[in-house]
Amino acid sequence: MSSELTDLYQELLLDHARHPHNFRAMDTASRIVEGYNPLCGDDLKLYLRLEGDRIADISFQGRGCAISTASASMLTDRIKGRTVGEAEQLFESVHDLLTGARPLADPGDLGALEALAGVSKYPMRVKCATLSWHALKSALRPAIVGVNADLELSVRVPASCV
Amino acid sequence: MSHPRPIDRDAMRAIEEQILASSPQTDWDVQAVRRDFPALHQRVNGAPLAYLDNAATSQKPQVVIDAVSRYYRRDNANVRRGVHVLAERATAAYEGAREKVRHFLNARSVREIVFLRGTTEAINLVANGLGSRWMSGDEIVLTRMEHHANIVPWQLLRERCGVRLRVLPITPAGELEPERIAGLFSERTRLLALTHVSNVLGTVNPVAEMVQVAHRHGIPVLVDGAQAVPHMVVDVQALDCDFYCFSGHKMFAPTGIGVLYGKEALLEALPPYQGGGEMIRRVSFEKTDFADPPYRFEAGTPHIAGAVGLGVAIDYLEGLDRKAAADHERRLLHVATAQLREVPGLRILGEAPNKVGVVSFVMEDVHAHDLGTVLDHKGVAVRTGHHCAMPLMAFYGVPATTRASLAFYNTPQEIDRLVEGLHYAREILT
Repeated sequence: MSSELTDLYQELLLDHARHPHNFRAMDTASRIVEGYNPLCGDDLKLYLRLEGDRIADISFQGRGCAISTASASMLTDRIKGRTVGEAEQLFESVHDLLTGARPLADPGDLGALEALAGVSKYPMRVKCATLSWHALKSALRPAIVGVNADLELSVRVPASCV
Repeated sequence: MSHPRPIDRDAMRAIEEQILASSPQTDWDVQAVRRDFPALHQRVNGAPLAYLDNAATSQKPQVVIDAVSRYYRRDNANVRRGVHVLAERATAAYEGAREKVRHFLNARSVREIVFLRGTTEAINLVANGLGSRWMSGDEIVLTRMEHHANIVPWQLLRERCGVRLRVLPITPAGELEPERIAGLFSERTRLLALTHVSNVLGTVNPVAEMVQVAHRHGIPVLVDGAQAVPHMVVDVQALDCDFYCFSGHKMFAPTGIGVLYGKEALLEALPPYQGGGEMIRRVSFEKTDFADPPYRFEAGTPHIAGAVGLGVAIDYLEGLDRKAAADHERRLLHVATAQLREVPGLRILGEAPNKVGVVSFVMEDVHAHDLGTVLDHKGVAVRTGHHCAMPLMAFYGVPATTRASLAFYNTPQEIDRLVEGLHYAREILT
């Protein structure tokens, strides 16, 4: 594999794409976000169970490319058990990593998520990786949801959880 | 990483040679034609460009690029207004291009040729014009394989005046069944609007036959010809369609210029689309007399340079042996189809016997966008996504496909590189 392509399709990312973690529906979810990327047709459903300020459980389903699936899979691994504040901070770091917006203060903080770094060199693919992260952000702040960064997001709070 | 079957290059060559040997020899000198297209001669990601995205837009021959540049360097002026020399030259060039389009489509009169931005605008114009007289409950018949450009304008009309959309299904091979069309017609049917060639499947539809059936029911027909004109000679009188639309940029002309052909009596009956300069006879604040077609539909300063470029693209096409070009494309399509069938896990969508050089496919366990990125790394440009035909994607139960679309300047070696790229993508992604 040529070196640049290896940067994008790192083995870790491909493992997540082939065998995504937390790839399931969740009956006990307190937030369900449906995300859709109209540019490529990728769709994703993100399930969260919030217990107070903590994301007690998180899972996803959907169909998308390797990058979108891997990004969502890594997201669930990393976010499970975190507080809302920590998750929002992580959103900002990952967003900066993917868009190459600014150098990260401490990229080491991202751990396995650094496998997504190669995406920043592919402007046409960045939205594949950000779909699940925008869905997460919407889940945490359902009030400000709508069309975000060209992605369609809609949050549902199951009646039993209101 | 899995260990798929290695690429058997000898077997690939054997398939290719067998097909090339069994199909008619052509006099097509592809290398000579390629020299006319400067954009083909570049390296992308370290590999020579293999441009297989012609259904999205074609590359432009040097003569078209030069014509646009020459127009701006020498003749630039507004059309049909000034009395000075440049205005005369610009008008002559613009109206000359209209005559070339008339000849290209074999229309009866230049009054039947309207210059617009492209196919999309042409369909919107007809939808607005015809729709202004339609009533709630009137019906339009479309097909399952339409591009969004031939779906959404009719849906907007549905919002406005309550027309109903009826959809002709397709077969799994991606063909229309003309004998089923009459079953969709009713006394409320106002129009049949269908594509000449599918932008996803490459299927060439039996338009002349369907026009005959529609006309027997007194129904006019609009044909979306965007994917047909680059590949075949189109004769609107032989088709007997009432409207025919196409875009310049898919047939080697600039972007932003396209054509609506309409039978003269039908265009005369259509109200204006946009108001402004150039589309009027006389204006006062009380009343405006509109110009006759085609000018009634060309409000504002048109894309003069684009029309000039389109005229030269037509000259270029007509200067080629179009039968040899079509034979060459057909041979490439056969090679591509046979080789793609050998790629493990690959499924081709659309296997109509009568196709132009468009092949859409999906690969098991690999998303189209990942294929597109890997192919791009090898210098192979293809389109990935829903191709603005989401109802067709839904029919095949896929969110997206990868599409290779050919032009007469493509080569068997470029097909080889596509296929090798797909094997490679499979190797690293599955």
